Amino acid sequence: MIGGLFIYNHKGEVLISRVYRDDIGRNAVDAFRVNVIHARQQVRSPVTNIARTSFFHVKRSNIWLAAVTKQNVNAAMVFEFLYKMCDVMTAYFGKISEENIKNNFVLIYELLDEILDFGYPQNSETGALKTFITQQGIKGQVKTKEEQSQITSQVTGQIGWRREGIKYRRNELFLDVLESVNLLMSPQGQVLSAHVSGRVVMKSYLSGMPECKFGMNDKIVIDKQGKGGASDDPGKSDLGGGSGKQSIAIDDCTFHQCVRLSKFDSERSISFIPPDGEYELMRYRTTKDIILPFRVIPLVREVGRTKLEVKVVIKSNFKPSLLAQKIEVRIPTPLNTSGVQVICMKGKAKYKASENAIVWKIKRMAGMKESQISAEIELLPTNDKKKWARPPISMNFEVPFAPSGLKVRYLKVFESKLNYSDHDVIKWVRYIGRSGIYETRC
Amino acid sequence: MPAVSKGDGMRGLAVFISDIRNCKSKEAEIKRINKELANIRSKFKGDKALDGYSKKKYVCKLLFIFLLGHDIDFGHMEAVNLLSSNKYTEKQIGYLFISVLVNSNSELIRLINNAIKNDLSSRNPTFMCLALHCIANVGSREMAEAFASEIPRILVAGDTMDSVKQSAALCLLRLYKTSPDLVLMGEWTSRVVHLLNDQHMGVVTAAISLITCLSQKNPDEFKTCVSLAVSRLSRIVSSASTDLQDYTYYFVPAPWLSCKLLRLLQCYPPPEDGAVKGRLVECLETILNKAQEPPKSKKVQHSNAKNAILFEAISLIIHYDSEPNLLVRACNQLGQFLQHRETNLRYLALESMCTLASSEFSHEAVKTHIETVINALKTERDVSVRQRAADLLYAMCDRSNAKQIVAEMLSYLETADYSIREEMVLKVAILAEKYAIDYSWYVDTILNLIRIAGDYVSEEVWYRVIQIVINRDDVQGYAAKTVFEALQAPACHENMVKVGGYILGEFGNLIAGDPRSSPLVQFNLLHSKFHLCSVPTRALLLSAYIKFINLFPETKATIQEVLRCDSQIRNSDVELQQRAVEYLKLSSIASTDVLATVLEEMPPFPERESSILAKLKKKKGPGAVSVTELEDSKREGGELNGGGDRGPDTAAMAASNTSTPSPSADLLGIRSAAPVGAAPSSAGSLLVDVFSEAGPTAPSAAVNDDGFLRDLEQPTETSDSLLVEGSGDLDSAPPSEDPAPPLSEADELLNKFVCKNNGVLFENQLLQIGIKSEYRQNLGRMYLFYGNKTSVQFASFTTTVSCPGELQSQLNVQTKPVEPLVEGGAQIQQVLNIECLSDFSEAPLLNIKFRYGGALQNLTLKLPVTINKFFQPTEMSSHDFFQRWKQLSQPQQEAQKIFKANHSMDTEVLKAKLLGLGTALLDNVDPNPENYVCAGVIQTKSQQVGCLLRLEPNAQAQMYRLTLRCSKDSVSRRLCELLAQQF
Repeated sequence: MIGGLFIYNHKGEVLISRVYRDDIGRNAVDAFRVNVIHARQQVRSPVTNIARTSFFHVKRSNIWLAAVTKQNVNAAMVFEFLYKMCDVMTAYFGKISEENIKNNFVLIYELLDEILDFGYPQNSETGALKTFITQQGIKGQVKTKEEQSQITSQVTGQIGWRREGIKYRRNELFLDVLESVNLLMSPQGQVLSAHVSGRVVMKSYLSGMPECKFGMNDKIVIDKQGKGGASDDPGKSDLGGGSGKQSIAIDDCTFHQCVRLSKFDSERSISFIPPDGEYELMRYRTTKDIILPFRVIPLVREVGRTKLEVKVVIKSNFKPSLLAQKIEVRIPTPLNTSGVQVICMKGKAKYKASENAIVWKIKRMAGMKESQISAEIELLPTNDKKKWARPPISMNFEVPFAPSGLKVRYLKVFESKLNYSDHDVIKWVRYIGRSGIYETRC
Repeated sequence: MPAVSKGDGMRGLAVFISDIRNCKSKEAEIKRINKELANIRSKFKGDKALDGYSKKKYVCKLLFIFLLGHDIDFGHMEAVNLLSSNKYTEKQIGYLFISVLVNSNSELIRLINNAIKNDLSSRNPTFMCLALHCIANVGSREMAEAFASEIPRILVAGDTMDSVKQSAALCLLRLYKTSPDLVLMGEWTSRVVHLLNDQHMGVVTAAISLITCLSQKNPDEFKTCVSLAVSRLSRIVSSASTDLQDYTYYFVPAPWLSCKLLRLLQCYPPPEDGAVKGRLVECLETILNKAQEPPKSKKVQHSNAKNAILFEAISLIIHYDSEPNLLVRACNQLGQFLQHRETNLRYLALESMCTLASSEFSHEAVKTHIETVINALKTERDVSVRQRAADLLYAMCDRSNAKQIVAEMLSYLETADYSIREEMVLKVAILAEKYAIDYSWYVDTILNLIRIAGDYVSEEVWYRVIQIVINRDDVQGYAAKTVFEALQAPACHENMVKVGGYILGEFGNLIAGDPRSSPLVQFNLLHSKFHLCSVPTRALLLSAYIKFINLFPETKATIQEVLRCDSQIRNSDVELQQRAVEYLKLSSIASTDVLATVLEEMPPFPERESSILAKLKKKKGPGAVSVTELEDSKREGGELNGGGDRGPDTAAMAASNTSTPSPSADLLGIRSAAPVGAAPSSAGSLLVDVFSEAGPTAPSAAVNDDGFLRDLEQPTETSDSLLVEGSGDLDSAPPSEDPAPPLSEADELLNKFVCKNNGVLFENQLLQIGIKSEYRQNLGRMYLFYGNKTSVQFASFTTTVSCPGELQSQLNVQTKPVEPLVEGGAQIQQVLNIECLSDFSEAPLLNIKFRYGGALQNLTLKLPVTINKFFQPTEMSSHDFFQRWKQLSQPQQEAQKIFKANHSMDTEVLKAKLLGLGTALLDNVDPNPENYVCAGVIQTKSQQVGCLLRLEPNAQAQMYRLTLRCSKDSVSRRLCELLAQQF
């Protein structure tokens, strides 16, 4: 159970302090500041134990959020709550910054009262919260009794995430598959570790209380159907850029609370009544048969003690018709670099002294192409005999397909009470693959 | 930042620093620093040479980055280049960088030293000062090696500027402190002393720090400084406050210099020259007079400076301890401070008075302030001042005011701070013992002490009460009565129960006549406390009960009942159970005569230093309790206990017989009271050891009452010495002749240690050397304990271990150097690591040199390292033994000797000796059971030598035949020689 929640700015000044339980004293605020924010050595662990009190913190830009407890809580729950808290705040007033927090502190206290009760997390669904915690003045907020009872029944009812009586002229659905691909590769091109963590984010503007069903190329489902011989709706067209494989193996997944888990467990079908607006339907992780969008081939040569020659080739490895964007390659330089000359064929490259790295940026790059950069690094002889540790070359990019190979097969909407059918709903599907930690040793 | 003139200000640096300060987060700061570092690297890398200004700027930036906590691994070269610049600011930054960031990098150090050398030989005073400051700031050994000879030259050169002289003196002081061995005394020393006459006060102030430090090490060479210092002091003291202009601080002329002069004088005894002495006394009087004058300023700095000089003067007076007039005046002056508003002054006054109290001239004067001090103890708010007040009360206590002071301390104890309670308790206990005329008063006081602060009364305190009560017949009855009354309180401290149990057990009969304290009442009273006590106390009470049975046969039934009950006889604690069972049997089987013998009254304890005093000394560290006090207590203690004449060696002698203390335990009696934890094991093995040397007379004495013995034996060694004395003569009569013993005696000493590993190696009037050693295979470790038996410190104490002749290749002895100073009454320890490379016959030599009161003492001893120490016992059957015996049948392998017995031919003693030799004693091997057969392997690094031994005693002729067969002939001969001395 969370005993209290504090928000600090980068200097360690307390912006928001809310204590839920008696076992957390006022000195806990200072303890965290002294031992974590102002700690002489940077604190890397997100959980810190100070005098039998646990502090769980997350950092958003310059803002620290810390949940405090004296009890043995489920740490994953606390972090889930903190992330949710960040989401809610973002949904209410945009970017989490010192200024925004100061301007909205009444709202934040109101939210904290609602989403945590005596330290137990409550409904933190933005859509639901927005119905009764608004940013309007008190005057404009006068609601009819009917409205109030409706809110009450919704918040306390079975489907707390959606209110009744929503109406749209155009029933629309946006579905984004967002993936981040993580890689560690040896200089020889051997994959040391790779995994994709993905999210399915939906934005739904549907009338009434629709029942939705979501299907994708999950290996288990496909195999089952293959045996049954019955072929379902083929769903959306194939947008994937990779190989022609039909199904993927999902290692683990988690769902939004609206998904009926019993049905998923028994039939492995994902059916749900969606919340209104934007939400994250599911999260998943895959480790097998990942399509690596880029291959980095490094070549580092030390010429004497004062010179280093670096050549890096990147190869794009997807359909030529697709375009990767926002490509950035970061080549670390030794700590005693005194000068750098860079030549690259495509994009722009620059030595950034403040980050001890050469940063090479390419705006766009089509599939099945390759590009290269070469750099001459001059070194200053130092007293230190320590050898340069050669940190890995890292890379950032964005590609319009899912590196895991996930494909959306269908998304069906049923609304029995209102007079629109699955075909009347306009559906949009988008795939975005981004780089997570995408590194190649050199 | 350095003071920079306009136009020389480093704008880039200022911008950089303000950038860093404006950084919002740590990451931003690191980014900014990385950028700056890259910029500096590219600048330093650049092919075109940088001008001095930018070099200085970048080096400065690097320094700043380093001070922020980042590693700097370049720029050293540029900094060194700056050193050769001609501009002050550039040079200064260069030196700053070097002194902060220098590491003993060989190539750079040479360049740096070169630059420093150039600056030192330049005629520019500022450059010389910079170089000197750098040397002092770095102060490393390398620096000392390079410049230790140069600096004295600068210091005494006639044409050196004053400011440079100042720096040189302080620089030399610093080098001397870090590596005294490199700063060699030479002809310059006498000229340094004459710096005291320098015109420039700054030079004098700097020089005096150096002289003070040097004269502490070599007082003789700097003797001449005394008269110079006195004349300087008198000039300052007598000068008007305006004379010294720059050196007058809030109307006080040169206070720092005065303090330092006074402190320098404290290194020396009072000057012998009458004129000088007269002048000094005059100075001190003037200082004391000045303290009486009304202050010239209300500022606190003025009074601080004045008081600093005054306190320094008073400590000089105390140090001289020869001018009664001055001592009394100082005491009166301090008396005024006792009631001063300023807490610090009160503290200092109390502290100085403590030392004054120990002087015979001012003791009476101090005593007049008793009321004020007692008041301070009661009302003072600051705990440290209260502590000092308690110390002072302790110091000023004597026979005349003991009762008052002890009463005050006792009453204060009830409210005293917890941190000082234990010390207070010890002090009360000591004072009560030391100044007791009336023993009933003593007993009352201590019992009161236990009542008030039972938790803080350490074991030593109540042991001492019992020792005194047992040794004094006249107080026993009173003690029994008082204890009995004290025990009647519904809740009394466990220590009280212990004292009660012991005293009633011994002397309960003295009060048994009174029906209110009849034997049964006494027993019931004691037993009512039994169940609330800890195990050791219960054990003591059980012993008291069995004594009751002896004292009062009428209580026998009741006590047997108690002993027989399940909670005693089946107690889960082994000790209690054993006592219950044994006492029960003893009481039911033995006749009254036997009981009376076994449970006889405890014999008086031998005289010894008060264990409490030792404890207090240990608490405060050696030297805290003054020597006079120690001697005082010996004198008083002797009187108190009527123990007659007590030679100073008794305690040490008793201790010299304790053969197996743990390494941490003191070997010397001078600081007795071994730690409790170490005692039980040593006590156990001690019995064995004593038996093995003293023969079979000891055991019967030991049976006497081992329960009682054990109770007292643990921390105080009382019973050890009891046993030892009971068992009659013992080997080591301390040789007390010339401190340079001939080697023949050393041989004798060596023989003592053939069969044992621990004990006293050597002792004379000055020094006692104890040994504890242990051996494993071919390795050994020896602890040498050097005890200073005098009250004067030994100076330049050195020990060397040498291996003469071919022993060098046979034995490897490593020593660690010992402290050069051994305080009076203190003991130091030295560890030797010994490795046996091959078999040897000689013993290594231990040479000890030290100065005792100026005279050099020099003695050489043989270290008791003999070949048999490296024995590894080997068990074997009779068959094996004879098979091997036959294998070693070559004539040179055997050594045989027939000799007359030197000691008694007791079986147990012989066995113990043979085991002490390190071999395995084999039973049932020799057909004649009278004979002894041993086997062992001598482990050396190069080889192992198997040895078989056969000893055939002939009781009628008092002769032995010793036969040795070893796989190496030299070993058999040597062993035979060694062993022949032992039986």
